[in-house]
Amino acid sequence: MSELKTAEPAHAPFAGEPGAHEHPVDFNSYLRRCVYVFVAVVCAVSLMLVASYLPHFGWPAKVAMILAIAATNAFVVAGFLMHLISEKKMIYTLLAFTVFFFTGLMGLTVWAMQDFPAGTTH
Amino acid sequence: MVHEFPPYRGHEKAHEPGGHGHHEDIGFGRKYIFSTDHKIIGIQYGFTALCFMLFGFFLMLLMRWQIAHPGSPVPVMGPLLAKVLGQPAANGVISPELYNSFGAMHGTIMVFLAIVPLAFAAFGNYVVPLMIGAPDMAFPRVNMASYQAYVLGGLVMLVSFFIPGGAAQAGWTSYSPLATSIPTEGQLFWIIGMVLLITSSLLGAVNFIATIIQLRAPGMTWMRLPFFVWAQFVTAFLLLLAFPPLEAAAVMQLMDNALHTSFFLPTGLAVGGQLAHISGGGSPLLWQHLFWFLGHPEVYVLILPGMGIVCEIIANNTRKPIWGYKSLVYSVLAIGFLSFIVWAHHMYLTGMGTKISAFFQATTMIISIPSVIILTCLFISLWGGSIRFNTPMLFALAFLPMFGIGGLTGLPLGFNASDVYLHDTYYVIAHFHYVVAPGTIFALFAGIYYWFPKMTGRKMNEFWGRVHFWGSLVFMNLVFMPMFAQGIKGMLRRMADGGANYSAARVPDAIGALPGTIMELHSWILWAAMALGIAQIPFILNLFWSMNHGEKVGDNPWHATTLEWQAPTPPPHGNFAEPPQIHRGPYEYSVPGHAADFTPQNEPDQPGTPALSPAH
Amino acid sequence: MEIPYAVHPRPDTGIYNAKVGIWLFLASEVMLFGALFSAYVLLRVGAPAGEWPHGWLNVTLGTINTLVLATSAITTLMAWVACKTRQFGKFKFFHACTLLLALTFLCVKAYEYHDKWIHYEIHLTDGRIADGHLRASDADSVTIEGRYVTDETQLYDLRAQKDIKTGEIKIPRAQIKQMENYGPWHNTYLALYFTLTGLHALHILGGSIVIGYLWGPGRKLWKTDPEHFTNRVEVSGLFWHFVDLVWIFLFPVLYLT
Repeated sequence: MSELKTAEPAHAPFAGEPGAHEHPVDFNSYLRRCVYVFVAVVCAVSLMLVASYLPHFGWPAKVAMILAIAATNAFVVAGFLMHLISEKKMIYTLLAFTVFFFTGLMGLTVWAMQDFPAGTTH
Repeated sequence: MVHEFPPYRGHEKAHEPGGHGHHEDIGFGRKYIFSTDHKIIGIQYGFTALCFMLFGFFLMLLMRWQIAHPGSPVPVMGPLLAKVLGQPAANGVISPELYNSFGAMHGTIMVFLAIVPLAFAAFGNYVVPLMIGAPDMAFPRVNMASYQAYVLGGLVMLVSFFIPGGAAQAGWTSYSPLATSIPTEGQLFWIIGMVLLITSSLLGAVNFIATIIQLRAPGMTWMRLPFFVWAQFVTAFLLLLAFPPLEAAAVMQLMDNALHTSFFLPTGLAVGGQLAHISGGGSPLLWQHLFWFLGHPEVYVLILPGMGIVCEIIANNTRKPIWGYKSLVYSVLAIGFLSFIVWAHHMYLTGMGTKISAFFQATTMIISIPSVIILTCLFISLWGGSIRFNTPMLFALAFLPMFGIGGLTGLPLGFNASDVYLHDTYYVIAHFHYVVAPGTIFALFAGIYYWFPKMTGRKMNEFWGRVHFWGSLVFMNLVFMPMFAQGIKGMLRRMADGGANYSAARVPDAIGALPGTIMELHSWILWAAMALGIAQIPFILNLFWSMNHGEKVGDNPWHATTLEWQAPTPPPHGNFAEPPQIHRGPYEYSVPGHAADFTPQNEPDQPGTPALSPAH
Repeated sequence: MEIPYAVHPRPDTGIYNAKVGIWLFLASEVMLFGALFSAYVLLRVGAPAGEWPHGWLNVTLGTINTLVLATSAITTLMAWVACKTRQFGKFKFFHACTLLLALTFLCVKAYEYHDKWIHYEIHLTDGRIADGHLRASDADSVTIEGRYVTDETQLYDLRAQKDIKTGEIKIPRAQIKQMENYGPWHNTYLALYFTLTGLHALHILGGSIVIGYLWGPGRKLWKTDPEHFTNRVEVSGLFWHFVDLVWIFLFPVLYLT
């Protein structure tokens, strides 16, 4: 049953009060979570710095490593700070389509510029 | 607060929902100019878009004159052009640069300032919240902002005609390096206008999707939505995800133009015989990829709302449910999805290899399938119907074969091999105009005649509606059908002299010179275009006259099932006094055992009536 | 007239309107920055071998900016948590931190832009190239803090060159054939750098304005409808986190590779 509220209550339910729409929000546990995320970010940044200065790898390998670390970093920020880990299915669907189209844009464009008829100069 | 537009004499002010109790007048400015009401905004979009469409039409007439009579002064308009535009229109003759700017702006204005705002923003804003039982759009102030961004973008585009050097000349596609090499500011204005228009579309897209997801009335499940709402939903997604790459590309081209970067300018570029003083290292192909990444979904933005409108009108005027509702829904979702991965069929001649060309050719062929499914469902829906041939239905019916021609003629363009010959010829122009002009525009005309009574409480005149219809149908075909022949014979696009330089009269020994018969068609097309313009006069007069003098009708003159017809006329601010409860699908016409031949979506189930189609 | 689900979530989707709206907007922003990143990939892959700059940006400053933004992401989230737990004082504190961190980021960025602005590549009439930061300039000469190279390719990969020695070089204007600073017109790498970071900085500015509004004049809503206000803080926070996410990719791509 959907509800249409035409008159808002004087205040919305507080965290912890009966009637709160989501699970109660605990300040200290969030603070702890934030510290963990920050530590993770610092580690990721350090790893990327180290990877970029490694002497025995060529640029393609280094770029792949650095992007992988960046992607993990992004996942941590998106997952915990943006609550993406506990988001609703609809948002996941939207983002899945976005990722697919983004990959198409990147991949197909690069493929198009790399695939050219044999025996031609470019 | 109750809004009335236009002032509808004799109609009781609808009961205001929520019971706030105050009826203060918010003033003309807040009510009609800075409105956040989706209906006012829809009408604002509609009128602005129709004005731009008329302007774009005039640009086309000037171009067709030049094509048929290259170098001759334009009759009637020539002196005015010379006075207003100066040197490019000296002596009333359209110079090649002026022709190019007319061409570029005709395309830009028709696509971005006329069709998309009318089909998506105008009809969508007015009808969608009503159809889903919502009081307004999810973000009314964002809605107002999106209209204002649109107007600003349009103004920038219009102003560009009057700056030294004139408007953009590099086509609606603004390919680099030409777009950066033209030494005037017109391209800069074009880019800034585009950024504003893209912003407007993005804000609108967010609003539409959020509204359709969140504000459906109780009982309005996804599979009970009218097909028009599905079409707008998919269109909004196309705008949301396909426009940003063009915005990024526009920013980069702006940097190229204003700050002399080389995003799209290759090393070794020479302009006017001189090496350009640029850093080089850029890629013209990059612009094309980013442009067409939007450009292809854009054409589906142009057609899908029209398909939605035609579906509503066909269901209503056949007095039976649409055949294949589920197929329609899945097809429109498939079209939306596939449209993102077909774009390089606009780039077959850029030197792509066989593998990538085969990929895009395959996806292009595949996307024609859901389009055909949609058209087929609409055709089959006519079978066994009690067809009412009113003006909206005439336009909706004509849409079907016209879009059929447009779509089928696209197939040789989708195949790499045949496109090598047809690319950049008049065949392409004929193809896309068939889809958009007798295609989408007919659907939009149908929509205007259909929803006019809901907006004003009066019907448009039926006789003049038919005159408008037959005139438009005959002359649209006379304008565009010959262009297929011209294209196949090798006439290229964007030639300011109409191909005279390549005609058999000028170069009789050249292989493939354009024959006299093809060149003669130019005159016929010009006459047909002028007649097409004259055929629109009854429509314009009918539109304004009927607002105050048309036949007065009630809330549901077409006896339609969808929710917008169950609201008062015109709907007040907040649309419905109570949130409607939906009990059935959108096309319950001629249900056996019912007294009336239509059952509105929100009509309560009567005890004892036969079970309706299963609730989804 | 109230728009339903503006504050409390719709039961079947589980979300309130503005959250749907902001995620849709963020999806479009993914495509926007994605297109710019794809431009970067294409132009870099297509560049002739050995002609792509490395080490032209100050990694220390970039790392500082990365940590500044990461901290601001934390403070943004805690500002929302403070609202959710109805501790308005903590909200004011955390978002004041967010705004200060944003200002810090923009100042560092402005310094970096300035550094590029005064960095010149000067082609001399005798074929040499002088490259360095402008220290003084008058009618007949130009003084830079830099070095001479014989070939432009020596200026590209600064990572591979150890102990670059720079000194003060005074060049008479008569000897200058061509002089260009390290602006976006200088090469495609800088064009991409300025465009990507410039657009990103505009987003930081926009986000700061919204957060600043909520922190300042917008806080009136807290008194009448704290849940609605909390939602606005959440939604603007999501935008801020996205801008941080973009930087998480911008930093390695531009500074480290």
